Amino acid sequence: MSFWTRHQVFEKNSIILIVGILLVIAIGGLVEITPLFYLKSTIEAVDGVRPYTPLELAGRNVYVREGCYLCHSQMIRPLRDEVERYGHFSLAAESMYDHPFQWGSKRTGPDLARVGAKYSDDWHVTHLTNPRAIVPQSVMPGYPFLSRTEVDPDTIADHMKTLKAIGTPYTDDQIANAGADLKAQADPDNAGSDAFSKRYAKAVVRNFDGKTGTPTEMDALIAYLQMLGTLVDFKIYNEKANLR
Amino acid sequence: MSQPSISKTMTTGESGLSVVFAVTAFLCVIASAKALDAPFAFHAALSAFASLAAVFCIVNRYFDRPAALPPAEINGRPNYNMGPIKFTAVMAMFWGIAGFLVGLIIASQLAWPALNFDLPWTSFGRLRPLHTSAVIFAFGGNVLIGTSFYVVQKSCRARLAGDLAPWFVVLGYNYFILVAGTGYLLGVTQSKEYAEPEWYADLWLTIVWVTYLLVFLVTVIKRKEPHIFVANWFYLAFIVTIAVLHLGNNPALPVSVFGSKSYVAWGGIQDAMFQWWYGHNAVGFFLTAGFLAIMYYFIPKRAERPIYSYRLSIIHFWALIFLYIWAGPHHLHYTALPDWTQTLGMTFSIMLWMPSWGGMINGLMTLSGAWDKLRTDPVLRMLVVSVAFYGMSTFEGPMMSIKVVNSLSHYTDWTIGHVHSGALGWVGFVSFGALYCLVPWVWNRKGLYSLKLVNWHFWIATLGIVLYISAMWVSGILQGLMWRAYTSLGFLEYSFIETVEAMHPFYIIRAAGGGLFLIGALIMAYNLWMTVRVGEAEVQMPVALQPAE
Repeated sequence: MSFWTRHQVFEKNSIILIVGILLVIAIGGLVEITPLFYLKSTIEAVDGVRPYTPLELAGRNVYVREGCYLCHSQMIRPLRDEVERYGHFSLAAESMYDHPFQWGSKRTGPDLARVGAKYSDDWHVTHLTNPRAIVPQSVMPGYPFLSRTEVDPDTIADHMKTLKAIGTPYTDDQIANAGADLKAQADPDNAGSDAFSKRYAKAVVRNFDGKTGTPTEMDALIAYLQMLGTLVDFKIYNEKANLR
Repeated sequence: MSQPSISKTMTTGESGLSVVFAVTAFLCVIASAKALDAPFAFHAALSAFASLAAVFCIVNRYFDRPAALPPAEINGRPNYNMGPIKFTAVMAMFWGIAGFLVGLIIASQLAWPALNFDLPWTSFGRLRPLHTSAVIFAFGGNVLIGTSFYVVQKSCRARLAGDLAPWFVVLGYNYFILVAGTGYLLGVTQSKEYAEPEWYADLWLTIVWVTYLLVFLVTVIKRKEPHIFVANWFYLAFIVTIAVLHLGNNPALPVSVFGSKSYVAWGGIQDAMFQWWYGHNAVGFFLTAGFLAIMYYFIPKRAERPIYSYRLSIIHFWALIFLYIWAGPHHLHYTALPDWTQTLGMTFSIMLWMPSWGGMINGLMTLSGAWDKLRTDPVLRMLVVSVAFYGMSTFEGPMMSIKVVNSLSHYTDWTIGHVHSGALGWVGFVSFGALYCLVPWVWNRKGLYSLKLVNWHFWIATLGIVLYISAMWVSGILQGLMWRAYTSLGFLEYSFIETVEAMHPFYIIRAAGGGLFLIGALIMAYNLWMTVRVGEAEVQMPVALQPAE
C-alpha cells in the first residue's frame, strides 16, 4: 500500500485528522517553550533586580494601557551601535517580573530599556505633555491628560496581590503598606518615605510631576520610566558569573 | 406569521440558550453595578443589553418559524444554510472598510502627529491595536468563518450543523470584536501584540471558538462525500490551532472579577516566547492556513480547473502546519531569549519557505490550461495575484528571519512593509476575490453587478500596495542603516531623532498607498451592494449529484 493510499485514513476520518493536526502542531511549541521554564541558563542570576514599587507598577500600567510598546522597545540587542546608543544589552533577569513583557517589536521612537535617569523629571513632564515642545521633529502623541488623572492608592495592593499569586515575590509587608508607599514615593517630605526606601532597594523618592497632593498618572509613569534599566549596577556586574 | 401547530415546541437549544442568556443578562447587570472601572461597567452593561437582545431574537424567531426545523435535505438535495454566511459577508465588508480607515488614520498620525489630538482615545497607541484587530480578526475572521461555513457545506454536501449554533458563532464572534475594539479605545488592553483583548473578552472568544469548531466538525462528520476536501483540512487546522494558541498565550489572573485589568500568568522571557509562538502562528494559521483553504476552494472553482496536484496538497498541508509552529523565535533575534531557541526559530523559518512555495505552486498551476481567463475575469486575476503576493512575502519572511538580515530589519518599517505585502496583497486580495465569488453565490445572483468596477478595484488597490510596500522598504532599510552608521572618527553618525525625521516623506507615501487601498474597498462595497440590490436572480436547475470517488 503506497503512502498516498495510507494517507486516506486522514482524508476519510475527521477525528483522526484532528488528532493528527494536534500532534503535529504540538511538537514545535513543546520543544521551544518547555525548556525555558526549567533550564537555569535561561535567566541568569543578577543582583539588584526587584519587583516594581506600587507607584512604578501604577506607572507601568499606564504604559501598558496607552500601548507605548507599539513604538518603543525595551530590549537592547548586543550589537555595537545599540550598546553605544542605549547602554548595556538587556539581561533576561531585568524583565523577569514583567507581566506582560514589553520588549516591543518596533522603534518608531527610541528604545526605553535604559531610559531611567537619562533625563530630568521636568524634561519628562514637558515631553509627555507635548513632545514637540522639546523635540520639534518628534511624531509622538501628547499625553497632557496624565497630569489631570490621579492614581488610586487604595486599589494598588490588590494589583500586587494578583502579581504575587502568579509568582512575583512581594512580601506581606510590601503589600500591607502598598497604598502608603505609593504616596510616599512621590513625596520626599512624607513621614513614610524612609520605611518605603527600606522596602524597595534603589527606589527613587521624588515629586516627579512637581505638583503636591495625591500622585497623578504623570508621577507614576515618570517613576516607572526613571527606574527602567537602573536596577542592575553594571560597574560590578560580572558577565562571567553565570558561565558553567 | 405561520399558524403555530400543536406539535410546535421550543427545541432544547432554543429554551436552553434563552435561559442562559437571561441569566447572563442578570449577572451582567450586577457586574455593571459593582464595576470597579468605567470601561468594565460599560462592557457589562453592553453585554446585559446584548444578552437581552439575544433572548428576544431567539423567542421572536421561535414564534416566526414553522413547527418543524428546516430539513437537512429537500428533494434529495442538501438544504444549505446561507443566512449566517450572508451576515459574515456584510460584516467582513463593514469591518474591512473600518479597519482600512483606521489604518489610514494612524498612518497619517505618523506623518502628522497633530492628528493624535492629544486625547486618550485618539492616540496612536490605542488606535493601532484597533486597526490590527479590525483588519485581521474582524475583516479576516468574518471572511474565514463565512467562507468556511460555505465551503464545508458545499464540499460535504451537508447542511451546516446546528440550528442556532451557526448564528451563535457569527454573532458571538462579532460581539467579541465589538468588545475588544471599544476596549482598546477606552484603554482596556493586555498590550500583548495581536492578543490585546482583556480576560473577559478572551473568555467569551473561547466559548464562541469552541462552538465554531463543533459546528464545523459536526458538519464534516455528516458529510455525504467519503473524502474530506483539502480546503477543509486547512480550515480544521486553522480552527484547532487558533484555539490552542489562544489558550496558551492568554492565561491571566484578573485583579477583580468586577474590573477590566488582569495580569498575564507568564512573565519576562517565557511571556515573550509564548507571545511570539502565538503571534507568529496567528500569521501561520489565521492569516495563512485559513486563507489557503480559501485558495484551495475558490481558485479551482473560479478557474473551473481541478487543483494542480493532490499529492502536493498533502505534503503542503502537513509540512506547513508542522514547520510554522517553530518559527516564532525569529521575532526575538538578539534579545535575551536563549540563543538555541533563536537558532531553532531561524532554521525552521528558512525551511518554511519550501512548503509555502509548494502551496503557491499548487495554487498558481491550478490555472494550467486556463491562463487566458486572467484577461477576461478580474476576480480570478485578484485571486491569482494574491497567491503571487503570498509567494513574495513567504520568500521575504524566511529571508528576514536570518539573524544577520534581522539585525538590520528588526525594529524598523521593513517589518511593517513585509506584514502589509502579506496582509494587503495576500490576505486582502484573496478575501476580496472570495467575497466577489461568494456574494453572487449565496444571494443567488447570476453574477456581479459590474466586472469593470472589479477591474478598477484591482488596479487601484494594486497601485496602493506597491506604494505602501516600496515606501516601507526604503524607510525601513534607510532607518536600519542610519542607526548603525558610524563617522570616520568612530562615533554614531545620527541621533535617533534624525532617523525619525528622515522617515517623514515615506510615511506620507505609505498613507497615500493605504488611502488607495481604502478607495478600492469602497468601490467593492458599492459593487457588492448593487449585486445584491439589482442583480439578476439565478434559476436553480435540479441536478442529481454523485459523490466523488
